[in-house]
Amino acid sequence: MFDFLGHYDVLGAFWTTVQLTLLSAVGSLVWGTLLAAMRVGPVPLMRGFATAYVNIVRNIPLTVIILFSSLGLNQTLGISLGAKGFDAINFRLAVLGLIVYTSAFVCEAIRAGINTVPVGQAEAARAIGLSFSQVLGLVVLPQAFRATVGPLTNVLIALTKNTTVAAAINVAEAALLMKKMIENEAQLMSISAVIAFGFVCLTLPTGLILGWVGKKVAVKR
Amino acid sequence: MTSVLYDAPGPRAKRRNVLYTAAFLVVLAALLWWVYSALSDKGQLDWALWKPFFSGSEAYTTYIWPGLQKTLEAAALAMVIALPLGAVLGIARLSDHAWVRVIAAVLVEFFRAIPVLVLMIFGLALFAQYTDVSSDDRPFYAVVTGLVLYNASVLAEIVRAGILSLPKGQSEAALAIGLRKGQLMRLVLLPQSVTVMLPAIVSQLVVIVKDTALGGAVLTFPELLASANTMSGYYGNFIASLTVVAVIYVLINFSLTSFAHWLEGRLRRGKKSTGAVLGAQDVAHIAGTAATGADPAGHPSGIGDINGTKK
Repeated sequence: MFDFLGHYDVLGAFWTTVQLTLLSAVGSLVWGTLLAAMRVGPVPLMRGFATAYVNIVRNIPLTVIILFSSLGLNQTLGISLGAKGFDAINFRLAVLGLIVYTSAFVCEAIRAGINTVPVGQAEAARAIGLSFSQVLGLVVLPQAFRATVGPLTNVLIALTKNTTVAAAINVAEAALLMKKMIENEAQLMSISAVIAFGFVCLTLPTGLILGWVGKKVAVKR
Repeated sequence: MTSVLYDAPGPRAKRRNVLYTAAFLVVLAALLWWVYSALSDKGQLDWALWKPFFSGSEAYTTYIWPGLQKTLEAAALAMVIALPLGAVLGIARLSDHAWVRVIAAVLVEFFRAIPVLVLMIFGLALFAQYTDVSSDDRPFYAVVTGLVLYNASVLAEIVRAGILSLPKGQSEAALAIGLRKGQLMRLVLLPQSVTVMLPAIVSQLVVIVKDTALGGAVLTFPELLASANTMSGYYGNFIASLTVVAVIYVLINFSLTSFAHWLEGRLRRGKKSTGAVLGAQDVAHIAGTAATGADPAGHPSGIGDINGTKK
């Protein structure tokens, strides 16, 4: 029943999924935090930029962004992000697209975290004469990040599932492999079961473990 | 909160802000210049490529409008089917019978853990192998099936959170005056929670609209993105076509988000029901989709444990 597993590199495909997830997670955490800092900062232009970025990006389907990075950036404009070969280029472009998209949600999650910090904390920090970057870096963000673990976990789970969109530009991850297997083998149910099991294995433990961590580190108020 | 982070700028802070603004402006301008020169180097800004969208309606009537219709059709149908399904699942998760609760919980958690694209690919093969749906209609069926399975489970969580957000006194009072369990749900809990959930449901619509694009890219479902792809082949203007389509998506989804936001504010102001109002941000928590997150500020704390319901 599961003998088709020998002909396909299922683990390899899921490893690609994991790589896509981790690389995009790190990238969008960095860029999303920067965006969040701009969004709550005192400089109107930066605030406007971050707000516009978030509102535009989260309303565009990820599929459009990923297709744009492949067909638009790569094939039309000739940007290859320093990679050689079809597969490597598409992988990097997929990561770029995922970072662009996910960072908008990271920004919102962090901003939601900043909003959970009581006003008194920031006021006290300002009262002892800290500057904006000190208020944010020493007092608000450390507390905000602890409240952000929960929402960020949800962003990470969504990101794990969103990596399947990379199948649209032929990155050899799990959904593309599933499509290929279904086309070649007549075992729809067992193929789907294997792929579904793989994703359940990736997303459920993430939710459980990070959910536990989130409760553990959350500031009790 | 935003303004609490910093003082009203004094002379030094004002100077510094001007400096930051200038520096950021330079970076932004450099970026825009780079994009501009990259585009014009490849001749992507030629008027000929953009002309179809600004003069004549051929591009709209032949490609964009039929695609947009398909997108909206699939999204609306998926929402209409998923809503009652989600309500049933959500109520089942609150059942007094353990086996009903467990089955509903397993279904909901399972379909939430799986990417919607995987569900769509599964649906496509399912319709091909076990039904006689014509191969032209299959992608549409598959897209709707995938969207329904995924969003029903998300809506189930929204319904559950909506009902749980009502004060306990509501069901206690209903039971005390002798209503049966079915009546309690139908006459007391659901009517109140529907208004509570409305903003969350509208924001979920944004997720559905965005996810239809997957069907276009992977399943050859002729929705907006796929027809834009065809269009770009005809005019030879991929970047221009995709930009126009992106603008259309932003317009649709931004108006939906704004509507949800407005609804949320309105419901919260003229609060007739007793529960908390589930906003877009709460859906993001429930769905694990980080869907649309409207302004999370000022949410009542009664729903703070929604995040915990996932586990």
